[in-house]
Amino acid sequence: MLDVADLKKAFVEPGGGHLPVLDIPRFQLAAAEQMVLMGSSGGGKTTLLHVISGISRPDSGRVTIDGLEIGRLSESGRDQFRAEKIGYVFQTFNLLPGFTALENVLLGMTFRREKVDRTWAKELLRRVGLEHRLQHRPPAMSVGEQQRVAVARALANRPRLLLADEPTANVDPANQQHVVDLIRNTCRDEQIALLVVTHAPEVACQFERVDRLEDINLVVQNRRKGPASGGLR
Amino acid sequence: MSLWKIAWRSIQRRWVASLLTAISMALGVGLVVAVLLIVGIVQESFRNNTSLGYNLIVGAPTGGRLQLVLNTVYYLSQPIGNVNYNVYQNFLGAAERTDGRDGIYRPYVDFAIPVCLGDYYQGFRVVGTTAQLFDEFQFDPERQRKFEFTHGRNFRFRDAEHGFFEAVLGAAVVRETKLKLGDKISVAHGEPSGRTHESGFTIVGILKSSGTPVDRAVFVNMEGFLLLDGHAKPVAADDTAGDQVEHAVEPTEPPTNGTPTHGTIHDLAAMEPLPIEQRQVTSLLVKTSSLLVTEQLRRKINDSQEAQAVLPVREIYGLFDAIIRPIQQLLLVITALICVVSGIGILVSIYNSMSDRQHEIAVMRALGAGRSTVMWVVLFESILLSVGGGLLGWIGGHAIVAAVSPQIEARTGVQVGLFQLAPRERLWELSTAAGTLKMDVSPEVLLVPCLIVLAILVGLLPALAAYRTDVSRALSASP
Repeated sequence: MLDVADLKKAFVEPGGGHLPVLDIPRFQLAAAEQMVLMGSSGGGKTTLLHVISGISRPDSGRVTIDGLEIGRLSESGRDQFRAEKIGYVFQTFNLLPGFTALENVLLGMTFRREKVDRTWAKELLRRVGLEHRLQHRPPAMSVGEQQRVAVARALANRPRLLLADEPTANVDPANQQHVVDLIRNTCRDEQIALLVVTHAPEVACQFERVDRLEDINLVVQNRRKGPASGGLR
Repeated sequence: MSLWKIAWRSIQRRWVASLLTAISMALGVGLVVAVLLIVGIVQESFRNNTSLGYNLIVGAPTGGRLQLVLNTVYYLSQPIGNVNYNVYQNFLGAAERTDGRDGIYRPYVDFAIPVCLGDYYQGFRVVGTTAQLFDEFQFDPERQRKFEFTHGRNFRFRDAEHGFFEAVLGAAVVRETKLKLGDKISVAHGEPSGRTHESGFTIVGILKSSGTPVDRAVFVNMEGFLLLDGHAKPVAADDTAGDQVEHAVEPTEPPTNGTPTHGTIHDLAAMEPLPIEQRQVTSLLVKTSSLLVTEQLRRKINDSQEAQAVLPVREIYGLFDAIIRPIQQLLLVITALICVVSGIGILVSIYNSMSDRQHEIAVMRALGAGRSTVMWVVLFESILLSVGGGLLGWIGGHAIVAAVSPQIEARTGVQVGLFQLAPRERLWELSTAAGTLKMDVSPEVLLVPCLIVLAILVGLLPALAAYRTDVSRALSASP
């Protein structure tokens, strides 16, 4: 379902030099598979998710999703692909504060080709237990509720791949498990491949497959062997 | 969810800045609308005054044409001089002349109404004329409108009680002087602060507002006007055309400075008309029997050298084009600049919030919105602020003009409805073999497209900033 091959990505430093971030010879995820990618802060986890989702372009290598190599697409083609095929749960939720919970979920299906499906948006909010909070705006909701809305939004376009970037990092312990269950169960029900990036062992231990970023990213391996470099995102 | 709704939510989120920006645009557009409407009122008022009911003015051969029109039509400026009474008689029919023959200009005209100027009452022009002006004359022939009286009646040629000394007041004169029927007025000679004539006129009629300069004048029987001291042409004077007003008789009593007087100064009813050889008039309002003969008559009069004939409409439009139209255009340019400044306010408002909204833009991009999509969201926000503010201003401008419309109507005779658009202007004209194609629209109709263009222009800079947003960097930044 997801196939990353020979992926390299570096950032340009203020001095003009290049700071390598990702060097991944191979990384794969099967359809409907659920896995966790663990790694310490600054290991390039978020950068990898940005490259997989087409938000950033790799310097070299291939990212193939559902048989389509997204590096071959134009920027607008990648935008459209993301709108159709990928769901994204952010660590900081990234809900738009001026929109109601329902509108935030509707926003998740606004940029794809099909028409907005309000019934599905309401159903998603019902599934995350927020059917009574449809018209509430994020500032009026608890942190746990906000992350549940974010999960509903990520699923709104019926994606083939859901990327979750530290989905429980900003959620209180009482709600962490609820959020994890919500994501996993929905992905299982909808046959969505799930890639969760986290550094929380209590989240990782619930998944059958747990990869460590340092095992797949040669940049991290090299950094451990050589002198220390600056932190990465 | 539509991009318009996303833009609207963004406006709501920054509602204070958005409201202030929209109000600024509303003020600009409100001013534009008010100026357009006032321009329309001025044009309509001009049209009212050029639909004069007469098409020639005959006056003294000396002096400028425009000055003759200004003081005869608008009662402005100083009279350029007088013409001999025989010029007036040349327009009269056999029944009105002592020799029993038609005047030489009679075949060309429907009527000629004499106008005698030179006196004032409390700053208002005093006009000596005949009863014909209010009995028969149509000041708006297209709508067959004649001057009407709200109170009283027209002055009579010779009234049993008041003789030749009756007066009729324009509506604005009554409003400002509070004069009423039966009051007697003594008029000032030569200039508003001049000495006051001894003889007083009795007010017998008050005119309804017509939106013409007649509203601002005092009309007296020409026979009485000619009998006032200083108005008779000295018999010894050379009988040539174009004599200035002579002050033949000095006042025998101190001036009363134009205040109403009650009481008989003379036995007015017993006074006899001024002999013809002592008479002169300032000008004549002439309506030719057909437009075909107008030019012929004008040349004939001008060739005679005893008087000059001018076409008032030509002079008025010349004045309009030379003075009023540039002022109107200047006002429009100023108000349009105010709109542009308001537009720049939108630019500043949106651009200042760009750092704040870059995170939102990045989130939308992460959800699959393309660069052009987020650019359009910003442009739509600019359009909503501009058009929304503009609509508020449009309604406000109309409401203000509608609120003062009773005063406008009273002063100009032009009615303005609440949602009556400014008069149409020629948008384009194309001459083809088949004829002329043209399109006339009210400038107000162009407001919305102009506002949209302005909004796109001012929204372009922040929209480009949205277009160039680095999604990865903006997402990594704290919201």
